[in-house]
Amino acid sequence: MRSLSEIETTVKRASRAAGFSWGISEEIAKSVRLLELFGLPGIKNLNQYYKDKEVKKFENLNLISKKNLASLKPYCPIILGVSFLDQVRTIEIVKKIKFINVAYPILFLSFLSRASEIIGKKIHIKIDKNEILLNLNVNIYSNLFNQDFLVVASKIEVEFIENQDSFTESDWQSLYKLSESTFVEENDNLKQGAAGAGLTDND
Amino acid sequence: MKIKLRDPNIIMKLSRLGSFHQSKLSFLRSFLNEFKDWEYKRDLFDLDKNGYGEAVYSFKKETRVYSLVCFANKIDDEERSDRVIATKWDAAFTLHDGVPTKDDIERLKNEVPKQEVGRLSFKELTLSRANKSVRVFNHVVESLSNGEQPDLDLLSKVGYLYRTTAVYGSGKFGLADRFRIKNREEINGPFRLEMMLVYLVRQFTFDQVNHVAHYKNPKKAVKLEEKICKNLGIGNSTGLGMAPFIVNHPTLLNNWILSRETALKKIREIEKVENKDSKLFVECVKKSLTNITSWNTDSEYQQKKIKFLLKDVEKFINHIEKKFNFESKYPFNKIYIWLEKETCEECIEYIVSIMMEPYDNITEPLVKNMSSDEDKYFNIPTHRTVKELRNIIENKYSNILDINFKKKENHQNFWFISKNKEEPRLANRFEENGSELEQPLAIARDIKKLQEKLLLSKNDLSIAEFLSSNTELRHVVRRAFIIEKFPYSEIQDNTISKNIIPIDMLRLKLSFFGALKFDPRSDKWLRICMFQGAPLPNELKNYDKQWVYKTNI
Repeated sequence: MRSLSEIETTVKRASRAAGFSWGISEEIAKSVRLLELFGLPGIKNLNQYYKDKEVKKFENLNLISKKNLASLKPYCPIILGVSFLDQVRTIEIVKKIKFINVAYPILFLSFLSRASEIIGKKIHIKIDKNEILLNLNVNIYSNLFNQDFLVVASKIEVEFIENQDSFTESDWQSLYKLSESTFVEENDNLKQGAAGAGLTDND
Repeated sequence: MKIKLRDPNIIMKLSRLGSFHQSKLSFLRSFLNEFKDWEYKRDLFDLDKNGYGEAVYSFKKETRVYSLVCFANKIDDEERSDRVIATKWDAAFTLHDGVPTKDDIERLKNEVPKQEVGRLSFKELTLSRANKSVRVFNHVVESLSNGEQPDLDLLSKVGYLYRTTAVYGSGKFGLADRFRIKNREEINGPFRLEMMLVYLVRQFTFDQVNHVAHYKNPKKAVKLEEKICKNLGIGNSTGLGMAPFIVNHPTLLNNWILSRETALKKIREIEKVENKDSKLFVECVKKSLTNITSWNTDSEYQQKKIKFLLKDVEKFINHIEKKFNFESKYPFNKIYIWLEKETCEECIEYIVSIMMEPYDNITEPLVKNMSSDEDKYFNIPTHRTVKELRNIIENKYSNILDINFKKKENHQNFWFISKNKEEPRLANRFEENGSELEQPLAIARDIKKLQEKLLLSKNDLSIAEFLSSNTELRHVVRRAFIIEKFPYSEIQDNTISKNIIPIDMLRLKLSFFGALKFDPRSDKWLRICMFQGAPLPNELKNYDKQWVYKTNI
């Protein structure tokens, strides 16, 4: 088994050899390491992408807007990922962003996962018909486990999820009430002495 | 009185970093301190009469066990080489996480002796190999088998029976990644498992030499006396492989230096020094003279440094004995100011290290701060502005900005990775091919390029916008935001100049390991000695903490 350290070092060098700057290569290495840590096929897809890159052209998107359309050539998932990472603090106000025609979307995914951690929000993604939830770079939740990822996604929708509860107020109250069973009812004596401050703590 | 931390523009210069010495903060000393209560055992010792075979040594506490698995092999004299290009060694080692099963040992027997071309698993933590100092090893065998102890003069010239030529960890060749074990309290300090490996290897070398001598002449042979063993360490040959490490781990480098600087600052701030503490300090300085006088090297560069060091330490001893009063206020601050004025860099850093000896209360909490999670500081704060980045560079890299990289001598060298051995190398870009494949280790030159680009950019431009058209500078933009928080994260010097002495970078790292007797074999590799004078495993429960200054050979 290859260690994550070996994966990171080799991806960095290979990415430099594939024509990326050292700084971008460092970003790719971190991202592919992350995919492999989460059990997703980062090495396999990066390898295939670099082979394709030798014979095909891909479009670089440096400035992300609400709707991004690569009409002739698919977007390079790496430049797209790095741009997203760099611009996430400004584009999160858009709430929902669309990308049309993206190569090797799994590679883009790892940058989005890191972006989720940077802004402290979950990110929901639809890649064609598949759905993925990115949880602050702690894990990636998807129904794509053990399936081959797309080589080109015709449409990717990225939605920033506002920090809010995933349960109802009544669910919470019900559970909270149960938790109260661990509390002790204070009599006058306890009210007076158990906290050490007496009944009045005003100066 | 508040003392300021020393200026990174002075301390992070290569000549100063190349003058650092071991101290109480060094990893081999903090390793001994952490593992002194662990149960040490030799679990297996299955060598033939020539000393070839397998052995296992372990440290155990409650349910945790670390086992050193050793393989000693026969090699021909002409196959023995300290170069990293070697493919055979006298012995090979791995530190296994837990108790190795028979299957583990069989698996490791096939892989460990192959070193870089073998494959380890997540159950192994570190990997190393070592060669005999044949001259010393054979002499010791010969002497012991004749019922005599070896010639101490010869032992003192070398200081060890074996030299390691590499110690690998953290995910190399399939070893466990650091993240798998990082929450273990006993290894909350850098390179602790590497230190454990080297320490146990040292014991193996004593056991092996006794074993071979015994089988050579069972009736007459004696064992190597423990006091002689104690005065022997483990050698190490180290080349350029270490140099990129300190550039590629900026926050870790910061935490090492910051701990040292914080210790010095706190010691200088002590208003009244207790008599027992000043006595211990002076005693260590005096006893340490043996470490200088027994420091052998053929390197003229190092001989000169040792000569100045010896002269200055003697001058310092004279000063504190005849002209200095420890009962005055802030005595260590006065000593430090005197050192800066009167002695060379090598001596300043030597005495700074010894100043820490009386102060466990200052150094022990700092040891815990000497690791780092580099990943936490990896993301670039791209919402910040060009103006902010420019200010950081002007404040933190002021000396670097003065270097004129248009001059040939200031960018004469380049760092590259050798295709043959996947190891870092340094070469003249005007004489050798390959500079187009240069590694990103010329930080000073790239920071200067970054500043030139920033000067042409609008103040309020965000870093995200700046990076979209300056992707080739991304690696140094990241570093500049790191140095903003970590003042000692960067070498404040030019790592590609004509005059660079790469062993300064090696020595910095090795001093934090706790190495002694730096012996440069060229400007690019050196030999050192580790654990010389250290307690033997059976003495760990109660040992002299100042053992470093008390070697007898």
